[in-house]
Amino acid sequence: MSTNPLVMGHPLASTENARHALLYMCRIRKFEEAVEDLFGRGMMHGTMHLSIGQEASPTGMCMALTIQDQITSTHRGHGHCIAKGADLTRMIAELLGKEIGYCGGRGGSMHIADVETGNLGANGVVGGGIPIAAGAALASKMMKKGTVAVSFFGDGAMNEGAFHEAANLAAIWKLPMILFCENNKYGMSSSTEKAFAIDDLADRGKGYGIPGVNVNGNDVVEVYEAAQIAVDRAKKGEGPTLIIAETYRWKGHSRSDKNLYRTKEEIEEWRLLDPIPKFIARAIKQKKLTQEQCDAIQQEATDAIVAAVNEAVKAKAADPAGLLDAVFKKVSA
Amino acid sequence: MSDRMLTMAEAVREAMTIAFDERPEVFLLGEDVGIYGGAFGVSGDMYHRYGSERVLDTPIAELGIVGAAVGAALSGMRPIVEIQFSDFTAQAMDQIANQAAKIHFMLGGALHVPMVLRTPQGSGTGAAAQHSQNLEPWFASVPGLKVVVPSNPADAKGLLLASIDDPNPVIFLEHKLLYKIPGRDPVPEGSGRIPLGVAKVVREGKDLTIVATGIMVNKSYEVCEKLAAEGISITLIDPRTISPLDMQPVYESVEKTGRLMVVQEGPAHAGFINEVIAQMAGSSSFGSLIAPIKRLAGMNIPIPYAPQLEKAAVPQIEDIEAAAREIVKNWR
Repeated sequence: MSTNPLVMGHPLASTENARHALLYMCRIRKFEEAVEDLFGRGMMHGTMHLSIGQEASPTGMCMALTIQDQITSTHRGHGHCIAKGADLTRMIAELLGKEIGYCGGRGGSMHIADVETGNLGANGVVGGGIPIAAGAALASKMMKKGTVAVSFFGDGAMNEGAFHEAANLAAIWKLPMILFCENNKYGMSSSTEKAFAIDDLADRGKGYGIPGVNVNGNDVVEVYEAAQIAVDRAKKGEGPTLIIAETYRWKGHSRSDKNLYRTKEEIEEWRLLDPIPKFIARAIKQKKLTQEQCDAIQQEATDAIVAAVNEAVKAKAADPAGLLDAVFKKVSA
Repeated sequence: MSDRMLTMAEAVREAMTIAFDERPEVFLLGEDVGIYGGAFGVSGDMYHRYGSERVLDTPIAELGIVGAAVGAALSGMRPIVEIQFSDFTAQAMDQIANQAAKIHFMLGGALHVPMVLRTPQGSGTGAAAQHSQNLEPWFASVPGLKVVVPSNPADAKGLLLASIDDPNPVIFLEHKLLYKIPGRDPVPEGSGRIPLGVAKVVREGKDLTIVATGIMVNKSYEVCEKLAAEGISITLIDPRTISPLDMQPVYESVEKTGRLMVVQEGPAHAGFINEVIAQMAGSSSFGSLIAPIKRLAGMNIPIPYAPQLEKAAVPQIEDIEAAAREIVKNWR
């Protein structure tokens, strides 16, 4: 069950839209904080890849999508799942290895998918979801579904062959696809300066004959506006767009990260560019929300996460008994 | 009844066209599968029959092609993806082994990948080390893949139709040397399926059980015929699908013959056929054996180029014959 029907449209088009944009950014922030807390308290095992600081990108992109439009996501995928409408309890339950989790405890943080909200899944392999999104877009075109497929990936994935091959396929077949790069500056410890010989990642679009656009990935409005143009283009049959959303992850790559490759000052600079207060100020200025409403929305997000954690903690642990039967889908007679 | 003697290429094409006609969501994509008709002529005239919307020529981009097939399979289509040589699946292995094979399990059953990856494998064409491998164990060792190795046109047709029906990813390994030769048996008309996971007892005998895969079934069959004239009678079993593997006919046969020989084209070390030996060793039928299990497999070398070197690298009919005669004569 998805938690909320998705609200589509410009984040400042109405109070409802502004409320949605803020609520979903806050849900992502609070979810990630809860995950960090559960890890810190030893209640979660494995690893985690937090997207704190990056909330505007998936929220803005997904406000241009219908629930039928599809996404593929990454190892840092909690935000994409939430922005597309995933159920918070089932997400937390998956991370806690519970039977009611999205994957029944078999996938964990890096493999949450949600068919009901068009989420084809997070991915543990950098770039792994990009050709899959191209295939989803191919199916949309062949079946005349009128839907678009968005692949979220990081700057690191842009140097994978999978990016290149999928971008080229999408371009030559004019697939309804969006290649959405969250450029958070680092592929684990490798900075974009070290990993690219070009300054502007959007230039890569030219190499495939498709538009490449830069947006401020910490500005949900700017992300939405670029996303809507790309969605319109894709749905008109004009082919894919490469969007480079410049953003930053406040936390380390994963829990083993000691931040040896970047400075405290750099992290502090980006914390000042927090997408949430930036949007609150704008929504209040444009009279879409009041300060009281914004406070209430933030509290609502917190309450939703707390409720999800409480429910998930109580749920039944995943059972190894069914593992062998879970490898293949049953062949129907 | 039919007495149609088709080649494996014709039988595979016939299965694909039946599936195309039955289900609008079936399509074919791969390098040169369109106007060219496929590097080995398997898709043939399908491009002209079904058009460029269902027979998709792709750039040379195996990872992208297989990934696109996975994504399309997740989204309501049933792709058949042709990889021009099985060796090139190495380029696509993330999508095969990390994505297609694991999605159903890893995502808790939320999604599944009804995709068939067809690819020619094997040596004997003088194409040397990067165009001649037998990679059965690569795929058989990945949980989540079904792996089919047809040895003749009639099986290829029925197994491919079942593979296209299957809701899971299927790796369909076709041997190049079988593409252009007719099988021993006619290929039935119609759309009959051969279920995956059911071995075939090709012929029955009382002195020796041979389990062989792919082209080695054909080579072993010739040996069975020849030795029958000498009074040695052999049971020949073709697993047909190596994942899942049907061992029951092997156990039953060994209980009668007391001797087991296994034959594969790929290198012996960590080869698929070793799984047959391992399962036999752990079974209650093991006690029926009166001879050590004989393994014939490829040498542990890359496939070489020159004809005499290439032949030396994989079991030939003479090797199978000598080994079969020896095990029956020496162990009584």
